[in-house]
Amino acid sequence: MTRKSASTTSKKSVMTNRVYPLISILAILALWECLSVFEVVPGYMLPSPAQTVEAFIGDFWLLMSHLKVTLLETLLGTVMGVVIGYGSAMLMDRWEPAYKAVYPIVVLTQTIPAVAIAPLLVLWFGYKMMPKIILIILITFFPIVIGTLDGFRSADKDAINLMRSMGASRWQIFKHIKFFNALPNFFSGLRITVAYAVVGAVLAEWLGGFAGLGVYMTRVKKSFAYDKMFAVIFLISGISLILIWLVNVLQKKCMPWENAETITRKRDENRWIKN
Amino acid sequence: MHKLETKNITMKFGDETIIRDITISVDQGELIGLLGVSGSGKTTLFNCISGIYTPVSGRVILDGKDITGTTGHISYMLQKDLLLPYKTIEDNVALPLLIRGVPKQEAREQAAEHFEEFGLEGTQKKYPKQLSGGMRQRAALLRTYLFSDDVALLDEPFSALDTITRSRIHRWYLDVMEKINLTTVFITHDINEAVLLSDRIYIMSGKPGEIRSEIKIGTPRGKRQNFDLTDEFMEYKRQIVALLDEREIRDEDTSHI
Repeated sequence: MTRKSASTTSKKSVMTNRVYPLISILAILALWECLSVFEVVPGYMLPSPAQTVEAFIGDFWLLMSHLKVTLLETLLGTVMGVVIGYGSAMLMDRWEPAYKAVYPIVVLTQTIPAVAIAPLLVLWFGYKMMPKIILIILITFFPIVIGTLDGFRSADKDAINLMRSMGASRWQIFKHIKFFNALPNFFSGLRITVAYAVVGAVLAEWLGGFAGLGVYMTRVKKSFAYDKMFAVIFLISGISLILIWLVNVLQKKCMPWENAETITRKRDENRWIKN
Repeated sequence: MHKLETKNITMKFGDETIIRDITISVDQGELIGLLGVSGSGKTTLFNCISGIYTPVSGRVILDGKDITGTTGHISYMLQKDLLLPYKTIEDNVALPLLIRGVPKQEAREQAAEHFEEFGLEGTQKKYPKQLSGGMRQRAALLRTYLFSDDVALLDEPFSALDTITRSRIHRWYLDVMEKINLTTVFITHDINEAVLLSDRIYIMSGKPGEIRSEIKIGTPRGKRQNFDLTDEFMEYKRQIVALLDEREIRDEDTSHI
Protein backbone atom coordinates (compact mmCIF):
# COMPACT_ATOMS: atom_id res chain seq x y z
CA MET A 1 0.00 0.00 0.00
CA THR A 2 1.36 3.45 -0.86
CA ARG A 3 1.93 6.21 1.69
CA LYS A 4 -0.90 8.26 0.13
CA SER A 5 -3.43 5.46 0.44
CA ALA A 6 -2.25 4.65 3.99
CA SER A 7 -2.84 8.27 4.97
CA THR A 8 -6.27 8.21 3.24
CA THR A 9 -7.18 5.09 5.25
CA SER A 10 -6.18 6.85 8.46
CA LYS A 11 -8.26 9.97 7.56
CA LYS A 12 -11.24 7.76 6.70
CA SER A 13 -11.04 6.09 10.09
CA VAL A 14 -10.98 9.52 11.84
CA MET A 15 -14.05 10.59 9.80
CA THR A 16 -15.88 7.35 10.68
CA ASN A 17 -15.12 7.90 14.37
CA ARG A 18 -16.76 11.33 14.18
CA VAL A 19 -19.68 10.45 11.91
CA TYR A 20 -21.17 7.65 14.04
CA PRO A 21 -21.69 9.64 17.25
CA LEU A 22 -22.99 12.58 15.18
CA ILE A 23 -25.59 10.34 13.52
CA SER A 24 -26.74 8.94 16.89
CA ILE A 25 -27.04 12.46 18.40
CA LEU A 26 -29.04 13.69 15.39
CA ALA A 27 -31.28 10.61 15.62
CA ILE A 28 -32.03 11.29 19.32
CA LEU A 29 -32.81 14.96 18.55
CA ALA A 30 -35.11 13.94 15.68
CA LEU A 31 -36.95 11.43 17.88
CA TRP A 32 -37.29 14.02 20.65
CA GLU A 33 -38.64 16.62 18.15
CA CYS A 34 -41.20 14.06 16.88
CA LEU A 35 -42.33 13.19 20.43
CA SER A 36 -42.99 16.89 21.05
CA VAL A 37 -44.46 17.85 17.67
CA PHE A 38 -46.89 14.89 17.65
CA GLU A 39 -47.64 15.54 21.35
CA VAL A 40 -46.81 12.00 22.42
CA VAL A 41 -45.49 13.75 25.53
CA PRO A 42 -47.28 17.03 26.41
CA GLY A 43 -45.31 20.13 25.36
CA TYR A 44 -45.26 21.67 28.86
CA MET A 45 -43.50 18.54 30.17
CA LEU A 46 -41.09 17.98 27.32
CA PRO A 47 -40.35 21.05 25.20
CA SER A 48 -38.99 20.29 21.74
CA PRO A 49 -35.33 20.94 20.82
CA ALA A 50 -36.50 23.91 18.70
CA GLN A 51 -38.35 25.41 21.72
CA THR A 52 -35.26 24.82 23.86
CA VAL A 53 -33.05 26.67 21.37
CA GLU A 54 -35.62 29.47 21.22
CA ALA A 55 -35.61 29.74 25.03
CA PHE A 56 -31.81 29.77 25.06
CA ILE A 57 -31.66 32.62 22.53
CA GLY A 58 -34.42 34.55 24.33
CA ASP A 59 -32.65 34.38 27.70
CA PHE A 60 -29.11 34.45 26.32
CA TRP A 61 -27.82 37.54 28.16
CA LEU A 62 -29.52 36.60 31.41
CA LEU A 63 -27.99 33.11 31.16
CA MET A 64 -24.56 34.64 30.49
CA SER A 65 -24.77 36.84 33.58
CA HIS A 66 -25.61 33.77 35.73
CA LEU A 67 -22.96 31.72 33.93
CA LYS A 68 -20.31 34.31 34.88
CA VAL A 69 -21.01 33.68 38.57
CA THR A 70 -21.07 29.89 38.20
CA LEU A 71 -17.82 29.91 36.22
CA LEU A 72 -16.10 32.12 38.77
CA GLU A 73 -17.14 29.77 41.60
CA THR A 74 -16.06 26.76 39.53
CA LEU A 75 -12.69 28.30 38.73
CA LEU A 76 -11.92 29.39 42.29
CA GLY A 77 -13.12 26.10 43.80
CA THR A 78 -11.26 23.98 41.25
CA VAL A 79 -7.97 25.88 41.58
CA MET A 80 -8.13 25.68 45.37
CA GLY A 81 -9.21 22.02 45.31
CA VAL A 82 -6.38 21.15 42.93
CA VAL A 83 -3.76 23.03 44.97
CA ILE A 84 -4.92 21.45 48.24
CA GLY A 85 -5.25 18.00 46.61
CA TYR A 86 -1.81 18.14 44.99
CA GLY A 87 -0.21 19.47 48.16
CA SER A 88 -1.84 16.72 50.25
CA ALA A 89 -0.65 14.06 47.78
CA MET A 90 2.91 15.43 48.02
CA LEU A 91 2.74 15.44 51.80
CA MET A 92 1.35 11.90 51.99
CA ASP A 93 3.98 10.62 49.56
CA ARG A 94 6.82 12.32 51.41
CA TRP A 95 5.78 11.51 54.95
CA GLU A 96 4.29 8.11 55.83
CA PRO A 97 2.59 9.25 59.10
CA ALA A 98 0.72 11.90 57.07
CA TYR A 99 -0.44 9.17 54.67
CA LYS A 100 -1.68 7.02 57.54
CA ALA A 101 -3.41 9.94 59.25
CA VAL A 102 -4.90 11.79 56.28
CA TYR A 103 -5.80 9.08 53.76
CA PRO A 104 -8.73 7.59 55.74
CA ILE A 105 -10.15 11.10 56.25
CA VAL A 106 -9.85 11.81 52.53
CA VAL A 107 -11.81 8.64 51.77
CA LEU A 108 -14.34 9.42 54.51
CA THR A 109 -15.10 12.85 53.00
CA GLN A 110 -16.22 11.10 49.82
CA THR A 111 -18.72 8.87 51.61
CA ILE A 112 -20.81 11.92 52.56
CA PRO A 113 -23.12 12.87 49.66
CA ALA A 114 -22.65 16.40 48.34
CA VAL A 115 -26.44 16.88 48.41
CA ALA A 116 -26.41 16.23 52.15
CA ILE A 117 -23.51 18.51 52.98
CA ALA A 118 -24.50 21.45 50.69
CA PRO A 119 -27.45 22.69 52.86
CA LEU A 120 -25.20 22.58 55.93
CA LEU A 121 -22.57 24.66 54.16
CA VAL A 122 -25.26 27.20 53.20
CA LEU A 123 -26.43 27.24 56.82
CA TRP A 124 -22.90 27.77 58.16
CA PHE A 125 -21.51 30.15 55.54
CA GLY A 126 -24.57 31.96 54.18
CA TYR A 127 -25.85 32.53 50.65
CA LYS A 128 -22.75 34.15 49.15
CA MET A 129 -19.88 32.54 47.29
CA MET A 130 -18.10 30.88 50.22
CA PRO A 131 -20.28 27.73 50.68
CA LYS A 132 -20.21 27.07 46.91
CA ILE A 133 -16.44 27.24 46.79
CA ILE A 134 -16.08 24.98 49.83
CA LEU A 135 -18.41 22.41 48.28
CA ILE A 136 -16.43 22.49 45.00
CA ILE A 137 -13.17 22.07 46.94
CA LEU A 138 -14.62 19.03 48.71
CA ILE A 139 -15.75 17.54 45.41
CA THR A 140 -12.62 18.28 43.36
CA PHE A 141 -10.04 17.48 46.02
CA PHE A 142 -10.63 13.72 45.98
CA PRO A 143 -9.88 12.74 42.34
CA ILE A 144 -6.76 14.91 42.38
CA VAL A 145 -5.32 13.59 45.64
CA ILE A 146 -6.02 9.92 44.89
CA GLY A 147 -4.81 10.02 41.27
CA THR A 148 -1.70 12.08 41.96
CA LEU A 149 -0.68 10.07 45.01
CA ASP A 150 -1.03 6.88 42.98
CA GLY A 151 1.16 8.46 40.28
CA PHE A 152 3.84 9.41 42.81
CA ARG A 153 3.84 5.96 44.39
CA SER A 154 3.92 4.00 41.14
CA ALA A 155 7.15 5.65 39.94
CA ASP A 156 9.68 3.10 38.69
CA LYS A 157 11.71 1.91 41.69
CA ASP A 158 14.71 1.13 39.48
CA ALA A 159 14.70 4.67 38.09
CA ILE A 160 14.60 6.00 41.66
CA ASN A 161 17.49 3.70 42.62
CA LEU A 162 19.44 4.94 39.62
CA MET A 163 18.86 8.54 40.72
CA ARG A 164 19.91 7.63 44.26
CA SER A 165 23.10 6.03 42.98
CA MET A 166 23.83 9.37 41.28
CA GLY A 167 23.45 11.07 44.65
CA ALA A 168 20.08 12.74 43.87
CA SER A 169 18.21 14.39 46.73
CA ARG A 170 14.56 13.61 47.53
CA TRP A 171 13.57 16.85 45.82
CA GLN A 172 15.54 15.96 42.68
CA ILE A 173 13.90 12.52 42.60
CA PHE A 174 10.52 14.24 42.86
CA LYS A 175 11.36 16.84 40.22
CA HIS A 176 12.81 14.42 37.64
CA ILE A 177 10.74 11.26 38.22
CA LYS A 178 7.70 11.43 40.50
CA PHE A 179 6.34 14.71 39.13
CA PHE A 180 6.32 13.44 35.54
CA ASN A 181 5.15 9.97 36.49
CA ALA A 182 2.07 11.44 38.19
CA LEU A 183 1.12 13.74 35.28
CA PRO A 184 -1.18 11.30 33.40
CA ASN A 185 -3.01 10.46 36.65
CA PHE A 186 -3.21 14.14 37.56
CA PHE A 187 -4.82 15.02 34.23
CA SER A 188 -7.27 12.10 34.48
CA GLY A 189 -8.23 13.43 37.91
CA LEU A 190 -8.49 16.97 36.56
CA ARG A 191 -10.86 15.87 33.77
CA ILE A 192 -13.21 14.34 36.36
CA THR A 193 -12.71 17.34 38.61
CA VAL A 194 -13.77 20.04 36.14
CA ALA A 195 -16.95 18.16 35.22
CA TYR A 196 -17.82 17.61 38.89
CA ALA A 197 -16.95 21.21 39.77
CA VAL A 198 -19.59 22.72 37.46
CA VAL A 199 -22.23 20.31 38.76
CA GLY A 200 -21.13 21.06 42.35
CA ALA A 201 -21.44 24.82 41.80
CA VAL A 202 -24.93 24.47 40.31
CA LEU A 203 -25.99 22.17 43.14
CA ALA A 204 -24.82 24.62 45.81
CA GLU A 205 -26.56 27.51 44.02
CA TRP A 206 -29.71 25.43 43.75
CA LEU A 207 -29.79 25.12 47.53
CA GLY A 208 -29.33 28.82 48.20
CA GLY A 209 -27.87 31.88 46.55
CA PHE A 210 -28.49 35.11 44.69
CA ALA A 211 -26.96 34.41 41.31
CA GLY A 212 -25.64 31.54 39.18
CA LEU A 213 -27.09 28.91 36.87
CA GLY A 214 -28.46 26.93 39.85
CA VAL A 215 -30.40 29.98 41.02
CA TYR A 216 -31.71 30.54 37.46
CA MET A 217 -32.78 26.88 37.38
CA THR A 218 -34.81 27.12 40.59
CA ARG A 219 -36.56 30.25 39.29
CA VAL A 220 -37.54 28.74 35.89
CA LYS A 221 -38.59 25.51 37.62
CA LYS A 222 -40.94 27.43 39.92
CA SER A 223 -42.51 29.20 36.90
CA PHE A 224 -42.83 25.84 35.05
CA ALA A 225 -40.72 27.20 32.16
CA TYR A 226 -39.31 23.80 31.18
CA ASP A 227 -38.00 25.05 27.85
CA LYS A 228 -35.69 27.37 29.83
CA MET A 229 -34.87 24.50 32.20
CA PHE A 230 -33.72 22.39 29.26
CA ALA A 231 -31.76 25.34 27.85
CA VAL A 232 -29.80 25.72 31.08
CA ILE A 233 -29.24 21.95 31.36
CA PHE A 234 -27.66 21.96 27.90
CA LEU A 235 -25.61 25.02 28.77
CA ILE A 236 -24.21 23.29 31.89
CA SER A 237 -23.47 20.18 29.88
CA GLY A 238 -21.77 22.26 27.16
CA ILE A 239 -19.63 24.12 29.72
CA SER A 240 -18.50 20.81 31.25
CA LEU A 241 -17.55 19.48 27.81
CA ILE A 242 -15.61 22.66 26.99
CA LEU A 243 -13.72 22.43 30.30
CA ILE A 244 -12.88 18.76 29.67
CA TRP A 245 -11.66 19.71 26.19
CA LEU A 246 -9.50 22.48 27.70
CA VAL A 247 -7.94 19.96 30.10
CA ASN A 248 -7.17 17.71 27.11
CA VAL A 249 -5.49 20.62 25.30
CA LEU A 250 -3.51 21.49 28.43
CA GLN A 251 -2.45 17.85 28.82
CA LYS A 252 -1.18 17.73 25.24
CA LYS A 253 0.80 20.93 25.83
CA CYS A 254 2.25 19.68 29.11
CA MET A 255 3.06 16.16 27.88
CA PRO A 256 4.64 16.57 24.43
CA TRP A 257 6.30 13.13 24.67
CA GLU A 258 2.86 11.50 24.40
CA ASN A 259 2.35 13.19 21.00
CA ALA A 260 5.81 12.06 19.90
CA GLU A 261 4.89 8.49 20.81
CA THR A 262 1.64 8.72 18.85
CA ILE A 263 3.46 10.12 15.81
CA THR A 264 6.05 7.34 15.98
CA ARG A 265 3.35 4.67 16.40
CA LYS A 266 1.36 6.03 13.44
CA ARG A 267 4.53 6.20 11.34
CA ASP A 268 5.28 2.56 12.22
CA GLU A 269 1.68 1.54 11.43
CA ASN A 270 1.83 3.30 8.06
CA ARG A 271 5.19 1.66 7.33
CA TRP A 272 3.65 -1.70 8.22
CA ILE A 273 0.62 -1.09 5.99
CA LYS A 274 2.95 0.08 3.21
CA ASN A 275 4.96 -3.14 3.39
CA MET B 1 46.75 0.70 44.59
CA HIS B 2 43.67 -0.65 42.83
CA LYS B 3 41.13 1.73 41.33
CA LEU B 4 38.22 -0.05 43.00
CA GLU B 5 38.16 -2.77 45.62
CA THR B 6 35.58 -4.57 47.66
CA LYS B 7 36.87 -6.19 50.83
CA ASN B 8 34.90 -9.07 52.36
CA ILE B 9 31.48 -7.64 51.52
CA THR B 10 28.60 -9.50 53.15
CA MET B 11 24.98 -8.46 52.68
CA LYS B 12 21.91 -9.85 54.41
CA PHE B 13 18.19 -9.18 54.09
CA GLY B 14 16.72 -10.13 57.45
CA ASP B 15 18.27 -13.47 58.36
CA GLU B 16 19.04 -14.42 54.79
CA THR B 17 22.60 -13.90 53.61
CA ILE B 18 22.58 -12.84 49.96
CA ILE B 19 26.32 -12.45 49.35
CA ARG B 20 29.22 -13.50 51.54
CA ASP B 21 32.81 -12.30 51.78
CA ILE B 22 33.06 -10.82 48.34
CA THR B 23 36.51 -9.49 47.57
CA ILE B 24 37.28 -8.19 44.11
CA SER B 25 39.68 -5.62 42.70
CA VAL B 26 39.61 -3.55 39.55
CA ASP B 27 42.53 -1.61 38.10
CA GLN B 28 42.38 1.66 36.17
CA GLY B 29 40.90 1.17 32.69
CA GLU B 30 40.06 -2.51 33.23
CA LEU B 31 36.87 -4.12 31.95
CA ILE B 32 35.76 -6.75 34.43
CA GLY B 33 32.98 -9.25 33.77
CA LEU B 34 30.93 -10.60 36.63
CA LEU B 35 29.39 -13.87 35.53
CA GLY B 36 27.01 -16.05 37.44
CA VAL B 37 23.67 -17.78 37.47
CA SER B 38 20.46 -15.96 38.50
CA GLY B 39 20.14 -15.42 42.21
CA SER B 40 23.87 -15.50 42.93
CA GLY B 41 23.73 -11.92 44.25
CA LYS B 42 25.45 -10.03 41.43
CA THR B 43 22.99 -7.12 41.47
CA THR B 44 23.11 -7.01 45.28
CA LEU B 45 26.90 -6.67 45.05
CA PHE B 46 26.47 -3.78 42.60
CA ASN B 47 23.93 -2.11 44.89
CA CYS B 48 26.51 -2.36 47.70
CA ILE B 49 29.32 -0.95 45.56
CA SER B 50 27.18 1.95 44.32
CA GLY B 51 26.08 2.78 47.86
CA ILE B 52 22.36 2.03 47.42
CA TYR B 53 22.80 -0.70 50.06
CA THR B 54 25.11 -0.57 53.04
CA PRO B 55 26.66 -4.03 53.55
CA VAL B 56 26.45 -5.64 56.98
CA SER B 57 30.21 -6.09 56.84
CA GLY B 58 33.07 -5.33 54.51
CA ARG B 59 34.22 -2.21 52.74
CA VAL B 60 34.12 -0.57 49.32
CA ILE B 61 37.33 1.28 48.48
CA LEU B 62 37.61 3.75 45.59
CA ASP B 63 41.04 5.30 44.94
CA GLY B 64 42.08 4.26 48.45
CA LYS B 65 39.09 5.98 50.09
CA ASP B 66 36.37 4.11 51.97
CA ILE B 67 33.05 4.91 50.22
CA THR B 68 30.97 2.14 51.82
CA GLY B 69 27.25 3.01 51.93
CA THR B 70 27.62 6.37 50.18
CA THR B 71 26.14 7.19 46.79
CA GLY B 72 27.31 9.58 44.09
CA HIS B 73 30.83 8.19 43.51
CA ILE B 74 30.37 5.41 40.97
CA SER B 75 28.12 5.49 37.92
CA TYR B 76 25.62 2.69 37.63
CA MET B 77 23.63 1.44 34.66
CA LEU B 78 20.86 -0.93 35.62
CA GLN B 79 19.38 -3.83 33.62
CA LYS B 80 16.77 -1.72 31.90
CA ASP B 81 18.04 1.36 30.08
CA LEU B 82 15.81 3.45 32.39
CA LEU B 83 15.69 6.40 30.04
CA LEU B 84 12.93 8.63 31.33
CA PRO B 85 10.15 8.55 28.68
CA TYR B 86 9.15 12.17 29.30
CA LYS B 87 12.60 13.66 28.73
CA THR B 88 14.35 14.12 25.41
CA ILE B 89 17.53 12.12 24.84
CA GLU B 90 19.73 15.17 25.51
CA ASP B 91 17.97 15.78 28.84
CA ASN B 92 18.14 12.09 29.72
CA VAL B 93 21.87 11.86 29.20
CA ALA B 94 22.46 15.23 30.89
CA LEU B 95 20.59 14.06 34.00
CA PRO B 96 23.69 13.24 36.10
CA LEU B 97 25.05 16.71 35.38
CA LEU B 98 21.76 18.34 36.40
CA ILE B 99 21.80 16.34 39.64
CA ARG B 100 25.30 17.61 40.27
CA GLY B 101 23.92 21.15 39.97
CA VAL B 102 25.17 22.07 36.48
CA PRO B 103 22.74 24.59 34.87
CA LYS B 104 20.44 23.01 32.26
CA GLN B 105 21.87 24.70 29.17
CA GLU B 106 25.46 24.02 30.20
CA ALA B 107 24.59 20.37 30.97
CA ARG B 108 23.05 20.00 27.48
CA GLU B 109 26.15 21.51 25.87
CA GLN B 110 28.46 19.19 27.80
CA ALA B 111 26.36 16.20 26.81
CA ALA B 112 26.23 17.31 23.15
CA GLU B 113 30.02 17.07 22.92
CA HIS B 114 29.78 13.26 23.25
CA PHE B 115 26.82 12.50 20.98
CA GLU B 116 28.97 11.77 17.93
CA GLU B 117 31.43 9.64 19.89
CA PHE B 118 28.55 7.48 21.14
CA GLY B 119 26.87 7.29 17.71
CA LEU B 120 23.87 9.33 18.80
CA GLU B 121 23.99 12.23 16.32
CA GLY B 122 20.57 13.63 15.48
CA THR B 123 18.80 12.07 18.44
CA GLN B 124 19.11 15.01 20.86
CA LYS B 125 15.52 16.23 20.54
CA LYS B 126 13.93 12.78 20.26
CA TYR B 127 12.16 10.90 23.02
CA PRO B 128 13.34 7.42 24.11
CA LYS B 129 10.31 5.67 22.56
CA GLN B 130 11.40 7.04 19.18
CA LEU B 131 14.73 5.18 19.33
CA SER B 132 15.65 1.56 18.67
CA GLY B 133 16.84 -0.71 21.50
CA GLY B 134 20.49 -0.37 20.47
CA MET B 135 20.34 3.42 20.35
CA ARG B 136 18.64 3.52 23.74
CA GLN B 137 21.48 1.45 25.22
CA ARG B 138 24.01 3.87 23.73
CA ALA B 139 22.15 6.79 25.29
CA ALA B 140 22.03 5.00 28.66
CA LEU B 141 25.74 4.32 28.41
CA LEU B 142 26.46 7.96 27.62
CA ARG B 143 24.41 8.98 30.65
CA THR B 144 26.48 6.55 32.75
CA TYR B 145 29.69 7.99 31.34
CA LEU B 146 28.59 11.58 32.00
CA PHE B 147 27.93 10.73 35.61
CA SER B 148 31.47 9.48 36.04
CA ASP B 149 34.15 9.07 33.40
CA ASP B 150 36.07 7.16 36.05
CA VAL B 151 34.32 3.95 37.20
CA ALA B 152 31.06 2.41 35.96
CA LEU B 153 28.95 -0.55 36.99
CA LEU B 154 26.80 -2.00 34.21
CA ASP B 155 24.12 -4.51 35.18
CA GLU B 156 23.39 -6.71 32.15
CA PRO B 157 23.65 -3.73 29.82
CA PHE B 158 22.91 -5.65 26.62
CA SER B 159 20.53 -8.37 27.81
CA ALA B 160 17.41 -6.70 26.41
CA LEU B 161 18.80 -6.54 22.87
CA ASP B 162 18.21 -9.08 20.10
CA THR B 163 21.19 -11.24 19.04
CA ILE B 164 22.13 -9.25 15.92
CA THR B 165 21.89 -5.85 17.63
CA ARG B 166 23.81 -7.22 20.60
CA SER B 167 26.62 -8.48 18.40
CA ARG B 168 26.85 -5.07 16.67
CA ILE B 169 26.79 -3.20 19.94
CA HIS B 170 29.54 -5.46 21.38
CA ARG B 171 31.88 -4.32 18.61
CA TRP B 172 30.85 -0.71 19.08
CA TYR B 173 31.27 -1.04 22.83
CA LEU B 174 34.83 -2.36 22.55
CA ASP B 175 35.70 0.56 20.23
CA VAL B 176 34.17 3.20 22.47
CA MET B 177 35.80 1.73 25.60
CA GLU B 178 39.19 2.04 23.91
CA LYS B 179 38.49 5.74 23.39
CA ILE B 180 37.00 6.68 26.75
CA ASN B 181 39.12 4.37 28.94
CA LEU B 182 36.35 3.88 31.49
CA THR B 183 37.05 1.46 34.33
CA THR B 184 34.08 -0.89 34.19
CA VAL B 185 32.55 -3.84 35.98
CA PHE B 186 29.65 -5.42 34.13
CA ILE B 187 27.25 -8.20 35.01
CA THR B 188 26.26 -10.75 32.42
CA HIS B 189 24.63 -14.17 32.13
CA ASP B 190 26.11 -14.61 28.70
CA ILE B 191 29.42 -16.50 28.67
CA ASN B 192 30.23 -15.34 25.11
CA GLU B 193 29.69 -11.72 26.08
CA ALA B 194 31.84 -12.11 29.19
CA VAL B 195 34.77 -13.65 27.28
CA LEU B 196 34.49 -11.23 24.36
CA LEU B 197 34.40 -8.01 26.37
CA SER B 198 36.31 -8.63 29.62
CA ASP B 199 39.92 -8.32 30.65
CA ARG B 200 39.16 -10.51 33.64
CA ILE B 201 36.06 -12.45 34.67
CA TYR B 202 34.89 -13.13 38.20
CA ILE B 203 32.59 -16.12 38.50
CA MET B 204 29.96 -15.96 41.21
CA SER B 205 27.78 -18.82 42.33
CA GLY B 206 25.99 -20.38 45.25
CA LYS B 207 23.47 -19.16 47.75
CA PRO B 208 24.71 -17.02 49.41
CA GLY B 209 26.71 -15.75 46.45
CA GLU B 210 30.47 -16.00 46.62
CA ILE B 211 33.33 -15.42 44.21
CA ARG B 212 34.38 -18.88 43.07
CA SER B 213 36.98 -18.21 40.41
CA GLU B 214 38.77 -15.54 38.47
CA ILE B 215 39.77 -15.93 34.83
CA LYS B 216 42.12 -13.62 32.97
CA ILE B 217 41.58 -13.28 29.23
CA GLY B 218 44.99 -13.35 27.54
CA THR B 219 44.19 -11.59 24.27
CA PRO B 220 44.14 -7.80 24.73
CA ARG B 221 40.82 -6.09 23.97
CA GLY B 222 42.30 -4.18 21.04
CA LYS B 223 43.15 -7.46 19.25
CA ARG B 224 39.80 -9.20 19.44
CA GLN B 225 38.70 -9.03 15.80
CA ASN B 226 36.81 -12.30 15.22
CA PHE B 227 38.01 -13.46 18.65
CA ASP B 228 34.78 -15.41 19.12
CA LEU B 229 35.76 -17.70 16.22
CA THR B 230 39.11 -18.71 17.71
CA ASP B 231 40.09 -21.87 19.63
CA GLU B 232 41.28 -19.70 22.49
CA PHE B 233 37.78 -18.26 22.87
CA MET B 234 36.26 -21.75 22.88
CA GLU B 235 38.78 -22.89 25.47
CA TYR B 236 37.74 -20.02 27.81
CA LYS B 237 34.10 -20.95 27.29
CA ARG B 238 34.76 -24.61 28.13
CA GLN B 239 36.65 -23.57 31.25
CA ILE B 240 33.77 -21.34 32.44
CA VAL B 241 31.05 -23.89 31.66
CA ALA B 242 33.00 -26.53 33.61
CA LEU B 243 33.39 -24.16 36.58
CA LEU B 244 29.70 -23.25 36.59
CA ASP B 245 28.57 -26.89 36.19
CA GLU B 246 30.89 -28.06 38.93
CA ARG B 247 29.54 -25.40 41.27
CA GLU B 248 25.91 -26.04 40.46
CA ILE B 249 26.30 -29.81 40.99
CA ARG B 250 28.14 -29.24 44.26
CA ASP B 251 25.51 -26.73 45.43
CA GLU B 252 22.69 -29.15 44.59
CA ASP B 253 24.47 -31.95 46.46
CA THR B 254 24.96 -29.86 49.57
CA SER B 255 21.39 -28.54 49.48
CA HIS B 256 20.14 -32.08 50.33
CA ILE B 257 22.31 -32.31 53.44
